[in-house]
Amino acid sequence: MVSPAPKIAVENLRLSYGHKEVLHGISFTVAPREILGVIGPAQSGKTSLLRCINRTVEFTPGAVMTGTVRVDGEDVMRVPDVYGLRRKIGMVAPLPVGLPLTIYDNVAFAPRCAGVTDPAELDARVERCLRQAALWEEVKDRLDTLGTKLSGGQQQRLTIARALSHDPEILCLDEFSIAIDPVTTMRIEDVLKELRAHVTILLVTNLTQQARRLADRTMFLWNGNIVEIGPTEEIFSDHPKDRRTFEYVNGIFG
Amino acid sequence: MNPPPVRQARSALSLWGERAIEWIIRLCGISAVIFVFSIFLFVFLEGAPLIPDLNWIQVIFSPEWYPTSRSNVRYGVGAMIIGTLSVTGLAMLFAVPFGLGAAVFVSEFCGGRLKETLKVVIEMLAAIPSIVWGFIGLSVMNHLIQTWLPAPVGLNLFNAALLLALMSVPIIVSIGEDALKAVPDSYREAALALGATRWQTVYRVLLPAARNGLLAAVLLGVGRAIGETMAVLMATGHAVNIPTSLFDPIRTLTATIAAELGETAVGSPHYRMLFLIGLMLFSITFVVNLLADLAVRGVRRQ
Repeated sequence: MVSPAPKIAVENLRLSYGHKEVLHGISFTVAPREILGVIGPAQSGKTSLLRCINRTVEFTPGAVMTGTVRVDGEDVMRVPDVYGLRRKIGMVAPLPVGLPLTIYDNVAFAPRCAGVTDPAELDARVERCLRQAALWEEVKDRLDTLGTKLSGGQQQRLTIARALSHDPEILCLDEFSIAIDPVTTMRIEDVLKELRAHVTILLVTNLTQQARRLADRTMFLWNGNIVEIGPTEEIFSDHPKDRRTFEYVNGIFG
Repeated sequence: MNPPPVRQARSALSLWGERAIEWIIRLCGISAVIFVFSIFLFVFLEGAPLIPDLNWIQVIFSPEWYPTSRSNVRYGVGAMIIGTLSVTGLAMLFAVPFGLGAAVFVSEFCGGRLKETLKVVIEMLAAIPSIVWGFIGLSVMNHLIQTWLPAPVGLNLFNAALLLALMSVPIIVSIGEDALKAVPDSYREAALALGATRWQTVYRVLLPAARNGLLAAVLLGVGRAIGETMAVLMATGHAVNIPTSLFDPIRTLTATIAAELGETAVGSPHYRMLFLIGLMLFSITFVVNLLADLAVRGVRRQ
């Protein structure tokens, strides 16, 4: 069987902030339309890894990245249009950052930056994305209030809607359910399952069961190294390749 | 062994000490209000005796300023009000776009050494004494204007407005830059992560987010321009005249006070009239600040 060209290919990626190296040369690939779960304890480099993929890591002074990250075969450090690259990737940060704009403008922000001006199309997009993020019903009557006035969980869903607003081919979710109640989380997880039809998803999560529910494959990242990457059933089985994986997944990591 | 328990009760001295400090701090806060009110009161009391003797419609609208006339004294400050407003307005027309643009550039588009250098230079620009600006206006700027622009011989409105613009730009830049710097980096990162370019980030996110601070920057620039005395005294031509073109000489309220107060007898009507002009300046700045406050509130409600 010939495997399809990977959507994301990370090769020997090293990242350091000043003198502190946080990713110690990791390599993995993500296939198109795959959900890759990324689990691991705090400080293991999960968020930094996502920031390397859409190159937002370069806004941190002192961050030095070596190795290559390829998206669709293109080295992200050499793409001619980094804005286009970032538009290809939807990113949801763990702490929601509502832009100081109205709810509508928050969601319409990326399409507008990409040059969409038709009001009808913007309206449709905003509604679709807010529905996908399970927020539409709560905010449909006050789209012109400030996004920053929403509650923490609502802002989190607003950032999800925003990440979907520019039809990304890759969705990077970093702890998206951190401030969202379980029922709403399940609704969003259902949406993610639908999105799998045409979007590649990187799901960073502290809820190992969430990775188990959603991910095709799961990667266990620890201290900037990949401990194990494999099919989710295997990672969560009683006999993963590495004993540490078993211990982490079962909550007896010491 | 257990550490000794923390004593719960505090000594009377420490309680009184704290109360005293609280009062001192309160006094510092209130003193600002006291100063403003007492200055206002002083200016008002010096000018007040003349108020009932004046024909206010004539004072405000008439351009006839003959405070020392023997037969027919007229205190019309209309021309000076228009002079002050026009020179300030024209200055802001130059200074606001230029100052805000420079603030955006310094804060968002340049980095490292260039940024530090620019900030130092801009602060130096703010530190140039206004008499030096006036001097530049008289000797350099006026010469350039006479040479390159279709201006009649003499000092004029345009010259003074350029000076005022140059004087307010550093204030607008440094306060505007602070306002932009106060916008959390997470906004920038979020916007850029959504594929916005740097300029899109600036005008779609940063400018709205820093709105209040930028408005404050502009208003401090306006305040500087309205209150400026020496440079406009030297560079406007100091002629009581309602300007009809950019190159007409004008006179401002501030320059009138500066030029004439030394020559009046204390307590004379002319002396009191100058204090009333001071009161008008007070009112103008008050109205500007009030409008700004309302604007900021309106923006917030939205």
